[in-house]
Amino acid sequence: MSWGVIGLTVRYGRRTALSDVSLRAEPGTVSCVVGGDGAGKTTLLRALVGAAPISSGVVLRPATTAIGYLSAGTGVYPDLTVRENLDFTAQAYGLRERKYRGLLERAGLADVWDRLGGELSGGMRQKLGVTMALLHRPQLVVLDEPTTGVDPASRAQIARLIAAAAADGAAVVFTTSYLDEAERAGEVLVLDGGVGLTEGGPDKIVAEAQGQVWAVAGRPERGFAWRRADGWRVWSAEQLPGMAAARPDLQDAVIVAALQHRQRQEAA
Amino acid sequence: MNTPVRLHGLSKSFDGVLAVDSVDLVVDAGEVVGLLGANGAGKTTVMRMIMGLLRPDGGDLAVFGAPPSRASRREIGYLAQGLGLYVDLTVAENLRFARQAYGVGSDRPTDPELADVGDMLVDELPLGLRRRAAFEMVLQHRPRLLVLDEPTSGVDPLNRARLWDRVRDAVDDGAAALVSTHFTEEAQNCDRLVMMHEGRVAAAGTLAQIVGDRKAVSVTTDSWADAFTALDGAGMSVALHGRDLRVTGSDPAAVAEALGALGGILSEVPASFDEVFVELCRRG
Repeated sequence: MSWGVIGLTVRYGRRTALSDVSLRAEPGTVSCVVGGDGAGKTTLLRALVGAAPISSGVVLRPATTAIGYLSAGTGVYPDLTVRENLDFTAQAYGLRERKYRGLLERAGLADVWDRLGGELSGGMRQKLGVTMALLHRPQLVVLDEPTTGVDPASRAQIARLIAAAAADGAAVVFTTSYLDEAERAGEVLVLDGGVGLTEGGPDKIVAEAQGQVWAVAGRPERGFAWRRADGWRVWSAEQLPGMAAARPDLQDAVIVAALQHRQRQEAA
Repeated sequence: MNTPVRLHGLSKSFDGVLAVDSVDLVVDAGEVVGLLGANGAGKTTVMRMIMGLLRPDGGDLAVFGAPPSRASRREIGYLAQGLGLYVDLTVAENLRFARQAYGVGSDRPTDPELADVGDMLVDELPLGLRRRAAFEMVLQHRPRLLVLDEPTSGVDPLNRARLWDRVRDAVDDGAAALVSTHFTEEAQNCDRLVMMHEGRVAAAGTLAQIVGDRKAVSVTTDSWADAFTALDGAGMSVALHGRDLRVTGSDPAAVAEALGALGGILSEVPASFDEVFVELCRRG
C-alpha cells in the first residue's frame, strides 16, 4: 500500500493554505517536501497524519497507531529524562519490548540516557524527537523540519535514522528548507504559497529545467537572472546570443519552476 | 584603508560556558565571508561583538582598525534575525525613516520589485519580500560593512537568489560582507568561509580549499536497503542519496568488504561540502 495525498486542498476560513497538492509516500522510500516559511509544508503533514481539516482531495494513510509523527515542536518532555521520554512513548503505543539501545546509539544519544529533555542541546532534542517517532516501527513516518538549525553532525545522524527506517520498509515523509537535503530524497515536492511548483524524483525535476537555464557572463538586460558560483544563470525558453548551455542543478530547477508558476499566474 | 573586520583569538562566555572560543576572522572590502554553523554554534555572538553590542572576554577585535565605536557603527549595515522593520509603516516609510536616522539624503536605487510594493504595510508583505525590504533598509546609508545574520532563513529559493544578488551587488560596489547562514548550499555564494562548531572555528578558507581532495564512495546496488543495513551495521558513515548510497571516511576497498556478497558498483567521487562539514564537526 502506498500513502500520500492526491489533489489536497485545505482552507482555514477564507485563507487557502494548500491548493490541489499531491504527494506520494511509498514504503521503503524517502519523500521530501521543500519550501520556505509559509509554503504550506506543516499543513500538508498535518493533513497527512489527520490533524488538519481537508476541504477537498484524498488522504491515504495507515491507522493512527501505524504512523510516527514529529511535529514542528519536538514533542520531547523537558522534565523527563531521555529514558523516561522513550518509556512514555513506548507505553503510549503498548510496546512490550524496551529495546531502544540500538536506536539511541545510531542517534548518538546513548551517553545522555539520564539527562533531562530540557537540558539537551537543540540537535540532541531533535534526534530524540525523531527516535520517539520511530520507536514503534510505524509504516508511515512523518517528520516536520527534523533538521532545521541542527548542527551538521546531528543532521547526518538524523538522515541515517530516516534511511534506516526506509530500509526497514517504512514510507518516510519529511519537510525541509534545505535543497541539498531534498536532492538526496527519492521523491520531492516543492511547495510555494500553498501550491505545488514541481514534483517527482530530483533527477526528473532537474531534467525538466534542462534547455531553459543558460549561462551568461554578466547580468542580462532582460529576463530573470541569478548568480551562481561560476557566473550568471538566466531563464529563457531559447538560446539567445551570449548564452551558453548550462547544466542546471536542483536549485536552478526550483527557481525555474517558481518563475514558470509566476508566469502562469500572470497569464491567468 | 583599514580592514573592515579583524578578529584574533576572540572569546566570550555566558555563565561560565564558552560561546565563542578563540575565533580568528578577517573580512576585507569587496568580499563576502560566510559564517556557517548550526543554531548555537556562536555565529550571532561573533556578530554582536563586531557591532559593539557585546564586549569580548578575550582576544583582539578591530572594526575599520579600531575597537567598535559609534563611528564604526555608522559604517555598518546590520541585519538582525528579527529584521528591525516597522510593521505598521509602509515599505517606503521604513526606507525613508532609515535614511533620516542616518542623516543621508536622496533615494538610492532600490530593488525594483520593492518599488512596486512601496505603499504596502510591511505587515502585509510575504516573508520573502519582507526580508528583501529589511535588506534594502540596511543599505540606505551606504554602509562599508554589511553584517547580515541569517538573511535568508525561511526564505524560498527564488527570493533567496534575489537577496544574494543584492548582497553581491553591494560587495561589487566595494562593501565588505559578513553573512551567517545554516544552509550549507549557500557556501558557494561566498568568497571565503568560516565554519563554526560549538564556538570554535572548525575550518576556514575558500570552498575549494576546505573540500580539498577529500573523497566519498558512491554505491549503486539493486537493493539499497540491504546495502544500507550492511554498511550501517559495519559502523560506516553512510547516507542515502535517492537510490544510491554515499559513504564518507572509508576507502572503496573497505566498503567492498563490508558489502560482501551484496556487491554493487563502487566509485570514488569528490566529497560534497556538506559531507566535509560533517566530518570536520565529528572530529572537532
